[in-house]
Amino acid sequence: MCFQCGTCTAGCPSGRRTSYRVRKLMRMAQLGLKDEIVNSDELWECSTCYTCVERCPRQVPIVDVVVALRNIAVSEGHIRANHKVTATNFYKSGHTVQINDKIKAQRKSIGLPEVPPTVLSNKDAMAQLDKILKATGFNKIVE
Amino acid sequence: MAKYAFFLGCIAPLRYPGVEKSTRVVCERLGVELVDLEDASCCPAPGVIRAFSKATWLAAAARNLALAEAKGLPIVTICNGCYGSLFEAAHELNHNPEELAKVNKILKEIGMEYKGTTKVYHFAEVLYKDVGIAKIKEKITNPLDYKVAAFYGCHFLKPSSIKELDDPENAHVLDDLVEATGAKSMPRKQKMLCCGAGGGLKAAFGDVAKEFTKTNLENMQASGAQYIVDICPFCQMQFDTVQGDLGYKIPVLHLCQLYGIAMGMSEAELGLSAHVVPVKL
Repeated sequence: MCFQCGTCTAGCPSGRRTSYRVRKLMRMAQLGLKDEIVNSDELWECSTCYTCVERCPRQVPIVDVVVALRNIAVSEGHIRANHKVTATNFYKSGHTVQINDKIKAQRKSIGLPEVPPTVLSNKDAMAQLDKILKATGFNKIVE
Repeated sequence: MAKYAFFLGCIAPLRYPGVEKSTRVVCERLGVELVDLEDASCCPAPGVIRAFSKATWLAAAARNLALAEAKGLPIVTICNGCYGSLFEAAHELNHNPEELAKVNKILKEIGMEYKGTTKVYHFAEVLYKDVGIAKIKEKITNPLDYKVAAFYGCHFLKPSSIKELDDPENAHVLDDLVEATGAKSMPRKQKMLCCGAGGGLKAAFGDVAKEFTKTNLENMQASGAQYIVDICPFCQMQFDTVQGDLGYKIPVLHLCQLYGIAMGMSEAELGLSAHVVPVKL
């Protein structure tokens, strides 16, 4: 259980550069201030570097808490435009970035297959992934 | 020497193909057998996809783990993000029968099952523990006199409670691996600072991510480093694509590419034309 010592905030690289305060977010979560959290920019200012987790004297899994809070926010429709692009790339192609002709040519020029041997090379594999994404509700995030 | 299922991820094959190529060549020279993990997807990215839906993240990661399990092979990754996702998903599923059963209900729909046996390794870990510094030194045909800023990234060593690879506040594994090529790993301030790109921060607040990168670049430059050497294509992309705006031009190489140079691979094979900051050997 977090006892608000502030060690997380003291070591947080994002907290040095923004208004993000991990300790405050943990306290808000404990107090159940859901609306404030899901509507805040701060929720997305963590780079998940785990410095806070390493240093927490109470072994609070802080990054897991941030992820859980983000899951709640996203399930209620709070997702940023750029994040939606990343999610859509994953949904459409199984990768977070997309292949293009320049990359295909580069790959070929160094003796690699134009398209890597991933879901990109096998429609059946992509169909499998697509089923998983639908079964876990990911389609609702991107559509 | 062990055999591994080679997990490509997204950024290496689709942005820095030279990282993929050099890994294949370097492993062959070191006697590490890589078998392509065909049909794999994104790990999926721990900072974003897991943040959007943990259920999706875990099920899609389980599919990747099951593909390796079917081959009877452990996974090796060349990206901290992939390592973070697959290692943490395996840790959760291999130790928690309830979570495993939930995921298997979903995998059953696609005719798959994950039994919970796949082990996940990072390439740098394999080099350090499996191959060993002494054997690496024997294979270096072109010793390097570079001064290098070794960049660990966040998800190689952390969370250390489950990874137990090295001290995340005062690590030495990557420095030792860099120095096996003859290069010198330069000491610097705030060596373990995040590149800034992870956790969706780059996509949400690119300027904030850049501030992280700027501090890293200042400290690297002050240390006298001529190259940045990473073990994560996502960190690589951050350093390579934003430093020009900040007025820096320190070439960025993945450890596999550094080894490729030290083993005499050509500039073309190393895929250096994909880099934004020019790399001249």
